[in-house]
Amino acid sequence: MLLAVLSGFLLAAAVPWLYKLLQGRINWALALLPAGLTVYFASFMPEIAAGDQVLVSYNWIPSLDIQLSFLLDGLSLMFALLISGIGTFILLYAGSYLHGDRDLPKFYIFILAFMASMLGLVLSNNLISLFVFWELTSITSYMLIGYHHEQLKSRKSALQGLLVTVGGGMALMAGLILMGSVAGTYEISEILNNGDVIRDSGLYTGILILILIGTFSKSAQVPLHFWLPNAMAAPTPVSAYLHSATMVKAGVYLLARLNPSLGETELWHTILPLFGALTMFTGMFLAYRSTEIKKILAYTTLMALGTLTMLIGIGTELAIGAAMTFLLAHALYKASLFLVAGSLDHSTGTKDITKMGGLARIMPITTYAAILAALSMAGIAPLFGFIAKEMLFEAVLESNYLTSFLLVLTVATAMLGVAIGGVIALRPFFGARKETPSKPHEAPFAMWIGPATLATLGLLCGLLPFLPERGILSAAVTSVYGEYESFYLTLWHGFNLPLMLSIASIAVGVLLFFGWDAIRARLLWLDKVFAYGPERGYEKALDGMNWTAQWQTRVLQNGYLRYYLLTILATLIGLVGYTLFTGYEPRLLFDFVGVQFIEAVIAILIVLAAVVAATTHSRLGAVVSVGVVGFGVALVYVLFSAPDLGITQVLVETLTVLLLVLVLFRLPEFLDLSSTAARMRDAVVAVAVGSLFTLLLLTATELQLHDPISQFFVENSEPEGHGRNIVNVILVDFRALDTLGEIFVLALAAIGVYAMIKFRAEEYKK
Amino acid sequence: MRPEIALPILIPLFFGALSLAVWRSRLAQRWLAVIGTGALLASGIWLLFATLNQGPLVTTLGDWQAPFGIVLVSDLLGAIMVLLAGLMAFSAAVYSLAAMGEGHERFGYYPLLHMLLAGVCGAFLTGDIFNLFVWFEVLLIASFALLILGGERAQMEGAIKYVTINLISSAVLLTAIGLVYGLVGSLNMADLAVKFADADAEHTGLITVIAMLFMISFGIKAAAFPLFFWLPASYHTPPVAVSALFAGLLTKVGVYALYRFFTLIFTQDAELIQTILIWGGTITMVVGVLGAAAHFEFRRILAFHSVSQIGYMILALGLMSPLAIAGGLIYTFHHSVVKTNLFFVSGVSYRLRGTHELKELGGLYRAAPWLSLLFLISALSLAGIPPLSGFFAKFVLVRGALDLQFWVVTGIALAVGLLTLFSMTKIWAEAFWKAAPENAPTPPPVEPGQPLYLMYLPIIGLAAIAVLMGIFGEAVFELAMLAAEQLEDSRIYIEAVLGENP
Repeated sequence: MLLAVLSGFLLAAAVPWLYKLLQGRINWALALLPAGLTVYFASFMPEIAAGDQVLVSYNWIPSLDIQLSFLLDGLSLMFALLISGIGTFILLYAGSYLHGDRDLPKFYIFILAFMASMLGLVLSNNLISLFVFWELTSITSYMLIGYHHEQLKSRKSALQGLLVTVGGGMALMAGLILMGSVAGTYEISEILNNGDVIRDSGLYTGILILILIGTFSKSAQVPLHFWLPNAMAAPTPVSAYLHSATMVKAGVYLLARLNPSLGETELWHTILPLFGALTMFTGMFLAYRSTEIKKILAYTTLMALGTLTMLIGIGTELAIGAAMTFLLAHALYKASLFLVAGSLDHSTGTKDITKMGGLARIMPITTYAAILAALSMAGIAPLFGFIAKEMLFEAVLESNYLTSFLLVLTVATAMLGVAIGGVIALRPFFGARKETPSKPHEAPFAMWIGPATLATLGLLCGLLPFLPERGILSAAVTSVYGEYESFYLTLWHGFNLPLMLSIASIAVGVLLFFGWDAIRARLLWLDKVFAYGPERGYEKALDGMNWTAQWQTRVLQNGYLRYYLLTILATLIGLVGYTLFTGYEPRLLFDFVGVQFIEAVIAILIVLAAVVAATTHSRLGAVVSVGVVGFGVALVYVLFSAPDLGITQVLVETLTVLLLVLVLFRLPEFLDLSSTAARMRDAVVAVAVGSLFTLLLLTATELQLHDPISQFFVENSEPEGHGRNIVNVILVDFRALDTLGEIFVLALAAIGVYAMIKFRAEEYKK
Repeated sequence: MRPEIALPILIPLFFGALSLAVWRSRLAQRWLAVIGTGALLASGIWLLFATLNQGPLVTTLGDWQAPFGIVLVSDLLGAIMVLLAGLMAFSAAVYSLAAMGEGHERFGYYPLLHMLLAGVCGAFLTGDIFNLFVWFEVLLIASFALLILGGERAQMEGAIKYVTINLISSAVLLTAIGLVYGLVGSLNMADLAVKFADADAEHTGLITVIAMLFMISFGIKAAAFPLFFWLPASYHTPPVAVSALFAGLLTKVGVYALYRFFTLIFTQDAELIQTILIWGGTITMVVGVLGAAAHFEFRRILAFHSVSQIGYMILALGLMSPLAIAGGLIYTFHHSVVKTNLFFVSGVSYRLRGTHELKELGGLYRAAPWLSLLFLISALSLAGIPPLSGFFAKFVLVRGALDLQFWVVTGIALAVGLLTLFSMTKIWAEAFWKAAPENAPTPPPVEPGQPLYLMYLPIIGLAAIAVLMGIFGEAVFELAMLAAEQLEDSRIYIEAVLGENP
């Protein structure tokens, strides 16, 4: 099982070499993998149909309960079959569709990687490894939407898809982690068995909302739907595969998968149908307004995703059955239709459906596939889509929440669906021939085999509904719903309300079909309204983020060292001041008794010199004043019997003053650039920092919490360190490592100065 | 005496001195750079395994017992950081062979590099706070010299900000060390931990004040908000190999010090310190990622972005649970690997295109597909996309935060992850996807003896590590968890240094 999942990645890695070997015929070789996988998964069908499950687990990060564990049951098997089955045709198709394109190897790499990620996603039995694959599908999708990467539009669409799906992914990640924490495991098969723990937990609402954000973004539910039509910037095989048949269904898959543990609450039964129904209708309505064939199909995909979400949300046995049936029907007809759309585009050079006509004679096989698939989409008997639609009506009629709202939208959607189905099935192929940018021709074998097969399957499933039912659907329903009572498929449900609704929708749909051009023209004014839709919100959010980023960076990273220092010192004052005054009583009492006259003189001298240094307008004066401060400190050392420190300090000060004076004469005139207000501000900060440190020192020197270790140095300096000068022994023995470090500091400074003076990089750039 | 603890300091010091001795021979210095950093990497591996097998290792220098002399201590945190230093150093050295100009090599680049590493490793291993200050000085001066090497105007401007702000950090640190010594008369970290823990309740307030000084000082070194200004001002100015090494290593020294001090020494007023760390870290994340979003120059995006990632590490420390700290450690290691690698990639793109401006870049996806792949691995890992290293770092951290019910912080951390992805796709779309603009500048001439493959080797190596850290997540996580548990239970460290019942 692991190999089945990872084989796609491995093959993707081998594409660069295979491509050199096989060139244009590589698609036949590559298609063998998904074909083989289809057979492999199909071999599980009897077992799964009998009600068994296959569980395989490999250790990945057991300490975090992250496992590469896989669960093959009805639901995952159905998805796995769709992914590998449709994938086979997609690979074949793409080799012909993108024939000669110089980026073709990259296409194969990402589509194979995508296929593997998708398989991993649906087969994962671990929430975290599922999420890993989930994110991988987003990334591969990004790479594939941006396939025509030199076009700005492709790049923008790719980014949009990525940000929306990965943004949702972030919420999903939090939701999954919380879910795992509540359930005590990330293993899905275990979580499914104790759904009550999650439903009863106080975190249920949070978990549900987070997971819904993730799934809604991936499955393009209103109002996060706008990225999906834009994703049609990808080459058609990608649209067919990712953005219709597989990836966008990942969200729906996850909802179905988690239905046993998250579902059956009032929240679930309201939110899902609400958003689902809105998405369903919005999608179909937008489809009706479009003329570009890929856009039409993209919007009908929205419709399908909405329908599935709604059905899973209704959650009755009937609804789940309808969902699974609809899912299979949709995958078959939609993949087929997209491939047909690609063939039409490839053959005629246009995507605009109003510019095509009379192609049936030239492209008979494509026409055959298109008609079957489009009729299935329209829900016309005896195609599989009809059965799905009947069940949909039935499920909506029996739903417990929002029934009339759902019913109205469903019927309206069905009416539009009939019209759209008619448009796709008839407009390009019948009627008068129209001039097209390139001369139309029938698609080559690699490009018609896929749509024809899938469309035929749709017909077969409709005629022989027990095949899909026994083969996979009943097992899938068991996975999602649990033990069911009376799920079965049949073409003929008797004269009942759903059939009436079907007939009514076909009747109105036919009218809508004939009025397509006229009604579309009348609806043009809606463009202005839609310009304020969620996509605009996305763009505004992105602009807003960019604007905030620019503003923030201009304010913070403004380029002026003085503001940086001010900010840092203000933070220092804030943190130290706050803790000092709230957490501790600073000792303000200072005992001046015992201060000798000479000490006081030195202290006052130092303070005065510092003030002069800060205020004088003479550079020389400033240097001399700083020197006075230094010499004052040296005097303090001498007074407190540290002559060696005093000597060092005197030397350093003398040198500094001398060097500064030497440099002074090379500096330009002294200028007063800062305003009085700025100087006052700086003075306040400086005085605040100075006072704070003084206060801190006065407070701390009063205290001695422990005896210092210096007694050890006094006692051991001579017997152990063999030196009478304790400071010397400390420097070269007790703490010799410090001295070693400082020696290297000097060496480094020397190199730095030397290089700074001698080395100009420009001179080497000849 | 455990030689393996001292080796990560002695090796770079020795090779630094040796490189100075052969100042006139470029060739010898180049060889010494590779051998020296390779040896450092090897000693880092040795040290990590030794520490893993035998618990924290301690060496007293000059045989003066703690707390009187200076000790070197290697617990798992220190050993991991040393290994990281070795890895970054070795990669940067190999990369430098092809990327460093002749002038830089003639004017002390390699000796500076070695000594910088000595400072970094010294800071990771010392068990003495004043000695830590010394190593900070070593690495500060070394990094300053590296930053100005070449003397270009932009470098000088950045370096002045860099050194001024870092000197403030040093001054604050020294003051704090002085206050600590005045209060408890000791400099040994373990000893301080014991003595502060013993202090009367009435004095914890004052200890917290001193803790704030350390926090400010290390916060500056780590480039946390609102102390980070030196980093975006300077990191994009030196040659790419230097930027890469700095981005991977220098801020981590500050992060390391925060981890060490606030798990070992200052644990009195945990609540206040945690609050500051958590919110400081959170704001740092946001400010950093927005700063990256505001820029359109390859290296500036990367540099500003480092600030954001530092925020994650500080946040993890603030959360203080073993899981969160383990996440923080994985994050630290992962970020070094990935960020350094992204800088390396920017160097290659500069060599191919002669510019770092996204506006002028383009067409690299077609022209250099393998470079594109390597960039993608690092960039996606940085953005926390699975199954790369960054995802698990983020995952552990987020789970740690959720376990503690920090909802808002978690939300912000995740949103920042998305913005990170946005910044990375900006580079990707502009430099790689977009067609090369017509008025693109001409690439710089390549000096002889600088084959491109020497730039690619470290990039491939580091990208492989980013992938392997994900695949072998179990080993990585277990190690990080062990290290975090050592940090949680400070007795382990204290007893290793001072013996039982100190």
